[in-house]
Amino acid sequence: MEAYLDNAATTRCSEKVVHAVTEAMTGTFGNPSSMHRKGMEAEQIVKVAKQTVAKTLRAKEKEIFFTSGGTESNNLAIFGAVQANQRVGKRVLTTAVEHPAVRNPMKALQEQGYEVVFLPVDEQGLVSLEALREAANEETVLVSMMAVNNEIGTVEPIEAAAAVIREQSPKALFHVDAIQAYGKRMLTPEKTGIDLLSVSGHKIHGPKGVGFLYVREKTKLTPQILGGGQQGGMRSGTENVPGIAGLAAAAEECCTGVLEKEAKVRALRAQLIEGLKALPDLLINGGKSDETASPYITSVSVSGVRSEVLLHALEDEGVYVSAGSACASNKPAVSETLKAIGLTEPYLSATVRFSFSKQTTEEEVALAIDAMQQIVPKLRKYTRR
Amino acid sequence: MNYQSFLIKYGEIGIKGKNRYLFEDALVNQIRFALKDVDGTFHVRKTDGRIFAEADGAFDHDGAVEALSKVFGIVRFCPVKVIADEGFEALSEAVCAHIEETYEKKDFSFKVETRRARKNYPKQSMEVNADLGERILETFPETRVDVHTPEVRIHVEIRNEISIYSQEIEGPCGMPVGTSGKAMLLLSGGIDSPVAGYMTAKRGVTIEAVYFHAPPYTSDRAKQKVIDLAKIISVYTGPMKLYVVNFTDIQLAIYEHCPHDELTIIMRRFMMQIAEHFAKADDCLGLITGESIGQVASQTMQALFCTDDAATLPVYRPLIAFDKQDIVHLSEQIGTYETSILPYEDCCTIFVAKHPVTKPRLERIVLSEQKLDGIVEPLVEKALADVEIVEI
Repeated sequence: MEAYLDNAATTRCSEKVVHAVTEAMTGTFGNPSSMHRKGMEAEQIVKVAKQTVAKTLRAKEKEIFFTSGGTESNNLAIFGAVQANQRVGKRVLTTAVEHPAVRNPMKALQEQGYEVVFLPVDEQGLVSLEALREAANEETVLVSMMAVNNEIGTVEPIEAAAAVIREQSPKALFHVDAIQAYGKRMLTPEKTGIDLLSVSGHKIHGPKGVGFLYVREKTKLTPQILGGGQQGGMRSGTENVPGIAGLAAAAEECCTGVLEKEAKVRALRAQLIEGLKALPDLLINGGKSDETASPYITSVSVSGVRSEVLLHALEDEGVYVSAGSACASNKPAVSETLKAIGLTEPYLSATVRFSFSKQTTEEEVALAIDAMQQIVPKLRKYTRR
Repeated sequence: MNYQSFLIKYGEIGIKGKNRYLFEDALVNQIRFALKDVDGTFHVRKTDGRIFAEADGAFDHDGAVEALSKVFGIVRFCPVKVIADEGFEALSEAVCAHIEETYEKKDFSFKVETRRARKNYPKQSMEVNADLGERILETFPETRVDVHTPEVRIHVEIRNEISIYSQEIEGPCGMPVGTSGKAMLLLSGGIDSPVAGYMTAKRGVTIEAVYFHAPPYTSDRAKQKVIDLAKIISVYTGPMKLYVVNFTDIQLAIYEHCPHDELTIIMRRFMMQIAEHFAKADDCLGLITGESIGQVASQTMQALFCTDDAATLPVYRPLIAFDKQDIVHLSEQIGTYETSILPYEDCCTIFVAKHPVTKPRLERIVLSEQKLDGIVEPLVEKALADVEIVEI
């Protein structure tokens, strides 16, 4: 038996998604820009996909722009927002725990002369609203904050932050990286006061290489990819029709019964935490309450064990997890997020992430608990002397 | 008939007396292997003490040149135009056409060197030289003749057909793989061992390799990296057998029972023993390592003395007196460097003592090893039995 518990890294495509992608590759294979019938049929797929996705956010069709995935959505949102709204000012706010797809564009802005503030978080990974209130001013052009942290699963206070921004920086745009939240939490950007929202397809059982950016109506945004003027010129390039078809199928499935699925996954998280309690010297990182912890991501620090070694040992038992953050797992770099929540050695380099999906079962979680109980004491015997 | 071929010149193996044909046959085999994946059909044959690789119709010239420049035993090779003997006029035209195609600038000095293997050809070699020289001067007035130190030597070889060539491309030299016996390379994911394998193969030695894998302390990516490295050097060495040995339990036993400053030395000794087991089973005559004196704690003279003691076969260390920079330079040339520096851990630091012994004494090491008596033997047995063999 296997337990794939790395769903925050990527997920398996659902049957419906595979079918939608295949159909768009072999059947409706036309170029949406072609003037003939084959083009119109493909254009129709993109249009319907926009409607489907828009519905999940209670948004409008014209507010959805398909991209190559979460990273591109974040780049478009950040660079596009500051470039189009230069008159507002050069102050940009973000948090200390963002994914590199936000953090690195922010560092680039810093080099371009923007005043970027990385707001601190507490030991649960929650951004400080007081710090936000102090940092936000009239010159603030953009605030970018993730909805759910990809490494430790903390649910950030997006709504409260939106209220602070409205009050302190009425001209600022609010961007939310919702890559780990979409399909797992209710998101209503317009009501909340979110102007830009990034989503990735492959985190929600859709294909890799596709995602979208929600851009609230009348938001000024400068396109980052120029070309044939597709998608109203906001994102040129022939639309990835198979990917878009797959993404729409995944979005529809994922955004149905969100609360029900959350309750089920929360029970799995409780099962995991309960099972790991038997191991001494173990920390559960992230939010401490149901409101602040996404049940889909559980970050665990096991002192005395190197995270890659634990990861490979779990792999041998058929349990797949991430060390720190998956995207950085090939590099022996220390996670910025884990440092930002104040984690220190021997916990810092001993952190693994279990991440669930709606498909995760109790049996899989039980297998992971068993494997941890067997492996951790063994690995703890061997430390560098 | 008007096709391209390569004349292959070899040095050292020309002087191997009665065994010469063995060396030539090996070289022919290696050339065939090297050209196997090049676009085109090639016939490799040995005639009159030379090797020709002839293309049947169109072929990927640059690909063939690249492949041949990696075959050990080749000193130089020449792209050759082969024409049928249709009289001297046709020959003159062919030679001028060859110059036209090959040299963009024609202000060079040259000399025609004719070999007349077919003695019934109507002109003598000296006559051919003079007459062709004249034709070339007429056709390309910028050229000039220099019979002592010409910039370009235009070779014309008259057999049943006539070969024309003037370019010489350097080969890697060395000896054809398969002429010097077999040896077992201890291959890690580092920079040194692939280079050591390359250098030994260059002396004609057939290479097999053994890699020590320590899951979960080393990842599958680290293992894949070693397989990738083996593939890169197999371009030079030919097909290779890679033994992947699971070393984890042995390493843990050493960690538990032996002094920590001696971990690496003791580990190296077990690696030698295991490598030797497979080496002997496959009729290898030696082991090869990438060690170089003083590079790390386990490569001091004292440490090498202790490691050597664990093997009964000779241990060849072609990099023994090389500086790290020189090894890096070679690995860049061979094309292994980029892969070697990929950051997948191939030896978990848990097993590296913070202060390893740099001047180990063999008696002490042997004494420490005795603590493993009765514990390690079944682990070694299991490692040998569970070996995974990857054909590269």
